[in-house]
Amino acid sequence: MSRWVVWVPLAIFAVLVGFFFKGLTLDPGSQPSALIGKPVPSFQLTDLHTGKVLTRQTLPARPFLLNVWASWCITCQVEHPYLTELSDRVPIVGLNYKDSETAAKTWLAKLGDPYATQIFDPSGRLGLDLGVAGAPETFLVDSRGVIQLRIQGEVNDRVYQHQILPLLETLK
Amino acid sequence: MIPEIGHFALVLSFAVSICSATFPLYGYFTRQQGFLATAKPLALLQGFALTVSFGVLIYGFLAHDFTIKYVAANSNLDLPWYFRMSAVWGAHEGSLLLWVLILSLWGVAVALFSREIPVHMSALVLAVMGIIGAGFLAFMLFTSNPFVRILPFAPPNGADLNPLLQDPGLIFHPPMLYMGYVGLSVAFAFAIASLISGELNSMWARWSRPWTTVAWAFLTLGIALGSWWAYYELGWGGWWFWDPVENASLIPWLVATALMHSLAVTEKRGLFRSWTLLLAIAAFSLSLLGTFLVRSGVLTSVHAFANDPERGVFILGFLVVVIGGSLALYAVRASKVSESGEFGWISRESFLLFNNLILTVMAVSVLLGTLYPLLVDAVGGGKVSVGAPFFNAVFVPLTAILVSGMAFGPLSKWREADDPRLYRPLIVTMIVSVVIGLAWPTTLGGEYSIATAFGVTIALWLAIATAVDFVNKTRSFGGVGRTFARVERGMFGMWFAHLGVAIIIFGIVMVENHTEHRDLRMGVGDRQQLGSYEVRMTELSVLRGPNYVADQATFEIYWGDRLYKTVSPQKRRYNASGMVMTEASIDPGFTRDLYIAMGEPLDGGDWAVRLSVKPFVDWIWAGAFLMGLGGFISVTDKRYRQRAVEKQTDSCVEGAKA
Repeated sequence: MSRWVVWVPLAIFAVLVGFFFKGLTLDPGSQPSALIGKPVPSFQLTDLHTGKVLTRQTLPARPFLLNVWASWCITCQVEHPYLTELSDRVPIVGLNYKDSETAAKTWLAKLGDPYATQIFDPSGRLGLDLGVAGAPETFLVDSRGVIQLRIQGEVNDRVYQHQILPLLETLK
Repeated sequence: MIPEIGHFALVLSFAVSICSATFPLYGYFTRQQGFLATAKPLALLQGFALTVSFGVLIYGFLAHDFTIKYVAANSNLDLPWYFRMSAVWGAHEGSLLLWVLILSLWGVAVALFSREIPVHMSALVLAVMGIIGAGFLAFMLFTSNPFVRILPFAPPNGADLNPLLQDPGLIFHPPMLYMGYVGLSVAFAFAIASLISGELNSMWARWSRPWTTVAWAFLTLGIALGSWWAYYELGWGGWWFWDPVENASLIPWLVATALMHSLAVTEKRGLFRSWTLLLAIAAFSLSLLGTFLVRSGVLTSVHAFANDPERGVFILGFLVVVIGGSLALYAVRASKVSESGEFGWISRESFLLFNNLILTVMAVSVLLGTLYPLLVDAVGGGKVSVGAPFFNAVFVPLTAILVSGMAFGPLSKWREADDPRLYRPLIVTMIVSVVIGLAWPTTLGGEYSIATAFGVTIALWLAIATAVDFVNKTRSFGGVGRTFARVERGMFGMWFAHLGVAIIIFGIVMVENHTEHRDLRMGVGDRQQLGSYEVRMTELSVLRGPNYVADQATFEIYWGDRLYKTVSPQKRRYNASGMVMTEASIDPGFTRDLYIAMGEPLDGGDWAVRLSVKPFVDWIWAGAFLMGLGGFISVTDKRYRQRAVEKQTDSCVEGAKA
C-alpha cells in the first residue's frame, strides 16, 4: 500500500472535525433559549373569566410573570400556594394551556386565584409559539413585553430567590 | 442512601476503566506478564460495578425516588412499572449508562471467551475497550451524571417519560441497538490491538469475525425494531424517514456489513488486510459519530436528546482522541502491510471486493446526505435539509447492483478465474425472475408500475439464486440436516441473511408503490371503502388511562357482509406533559396491514381519520429478523465451537467457503 494513501482517512476525519466544531457553535433549530430577549409572540385570545379579547398590548406595563398552567397538571397544583404568596410581590399573568373552561374555573375556585389576568388558550396556540414543552412553565417578562427568563417546571422559593429575583431587580 | 451506592459504583467503574486502559498497555510495552494479567479481572470487575450502578438506577425508577433528578425528570407516579424500567434508558443520562454497561458486558464476554487468544492480544483488546469506557464514564460523571440528587426540595411527582417513549418498542429497541453499536467496539479493539502489536496477519481477522457478526446481528435487529416502533408509534405510518438519527445507525450498519464480508477474505486468503483494518476502525468510529450527532445538538431530529453544546465539545474531543488516534496509528502501521496473493477477475475475492465498494459508497452517501445540512450551515449557506429523494436516488440503483453481486457471489470460487459455466443456473433464474417480475404488477390492478416490476424482479432473482445455491451446496454436503449439523453453519447464516434482503426489498417495493392511503372526515355511523374492506365508525368515546386521557374511535371492519374485526385507535393526551399522541390501530397481516389512525377533531363531532392499506409492509421487518437470525446462526459454526481444540495454523489453506 502506498505511503500517502493510508493518511487519507485521517485527513478526511480532520476536515469533518473542523465542520463539527463549527457546527457546535451554530443553532440547528429553534432552541428554547431563542425566545429570551424577544418579545412575547403576538396573540389574540380571550380572558377566561370575562371573555374579553386579550392581545400582547393588554399585558401589564411593568415586569410580570407569565405562568403556563392547566388543571390537568399536578405540578401546577404543587406550585400554586407559592404563586399565591408571590402574587403580592409581582403580578402574575396566567396562561391556561390546553384546558377546558369549566375545569380551569373549578380549579381556580377551589384553590384560589393569584392571577392578575387569565389568558385562555384551549388549543395551545400561544403555548406553541412560546415553545412550551409542558406545564408548568413560567416566563419573566419585562415592562416592554420582552421575555427575560424561562423556568421549566415548578416555581418555588429557591427558583424565585436564585433565578427570578436577581433579574427582576435589574428590571425595576 | 441507595442512589449513593449506584453513584459510588459508577465512580468505581471509572477508576477501574482507567486501570484497564493503562495496566495492560504498560505490561505490554515493558513485557511484564503481571500487568498483562490484570486485564481480564479488571474487565470482570468493571462489568460488576456497572451492573450494580445500573441496577440502582432501575431501583430508583421502580421505587419512585424523585430525589434523583433523572428519575424526577423522566418518571411519574402514574407510569406503569414496565415503562419505568424502560424509562431508565429513555433519556440522555440513563441511555449513556446503558451504553457503558453494554460495553462492560462485551468486555466481560471477551475476557471469558478468549482463552485461545494469546494473552498479550486479549489484554490489548481489553485495554482499547478500557480507553473507550474511560472516555464515556468521564463524560457521564462530569457532564451527564444520572445520580444527581434534588435535595432537600425533591418534587412530589415526576415530570413523566416522554409519551413517545411509553411504548413496548422502546423497551427493546435501545438495548438491541446499543448491543450492535457497542459490539462493534470489539472488532475495533481487535484491529487496534493488532496495529499496536504489529501482528497484521490474518489471525486477528479470524478472532474478530464472530464478534463482528454478533454485533452486526444485534445492530440489524436494533434498527429493525426502531423502524417498527416508528411505524406504529409515531403515528405517521412510515417505516423509514431518513432522519439523521436513523441514518446514524444505518451508516455503521452498512460499514459493518462490508466489514463482515471483507473479514472473510482476510481470514481465508490473507487479502485486503489494510482495507479490512480500516473498515473495522470505521465501523465503530461511525457508531461513535452517531452518538455525537444525537447528543450534541448539531443536527435536529425527532430522536435528538436535549441539546447541550458543552456535552458536544466533550464528545468531539473524545472522538478526536479515539478516531484520530486510531486513524493515525493506522496510517503509520498500514503502510507496512504487505498484500500477498492473487485472485482472478471473476472470483469470490473480486465479488466480495465489489460488494465492499458498493456498501462503502452507500455508507458515504448516507453520511454525506446526513451531514450536508451541517456542512452548508457551517460555510454560511443557511439551513437546508436533504430528504428522501436524494437517498432514494442513491439507494435504488446501488441496491440493484449489490443484489447482482449477491446472486453471483456465493456461486463463485476463491482465487481462480471461474469457469463461466458455474453461473449458468443464474441465467435461467434471471429469466424466470424477469418473467414473473414483469407479470406481477398486472395482478395488482390499477396502473402498471415499472418500478414494481423492476423491484420484484430483483428480489425474486436474489431469492431464487440463494435457493439454488442452497440446494446445490446442501446436496454436495449430503443433505440439509447433515449440512446444518456438521458442515457449514456459516453457510446457513449467509442463506438466511441473503434471503432476508430479498424479502426486505420485496416488502419495500410493494409498500412504497402500492400503499392505498386516504385522509377522510368521519363521524359515528359513517362508512368508507378501504381496499376490499368496508370500515364503519361505530362509536366515539373518552377513556382514562393510567397517566393519560384518550379520545377513542371504534371502527368495525367488514369483509363483504361479515364483521372481520373491531379496532379502536386513540388520540391520547398525557396528563403530566400535556403531549398529544396518536395511537394508530394496525391489523397486521401476511399480505397487508390495515392502518387506521385518528387525526384532528373537526367541528360537529367528526374526526379527521387516516385509513391505509399497506401491502407486505411486515415483510420488511420479517426480512430484517431473518438477517439477524442468519448472523446468530453463523457464529455457531463449528470452527468457532471447536476452535479451542484446533490448531490455529490452518487459516490460509481452507478451500471454498466464505
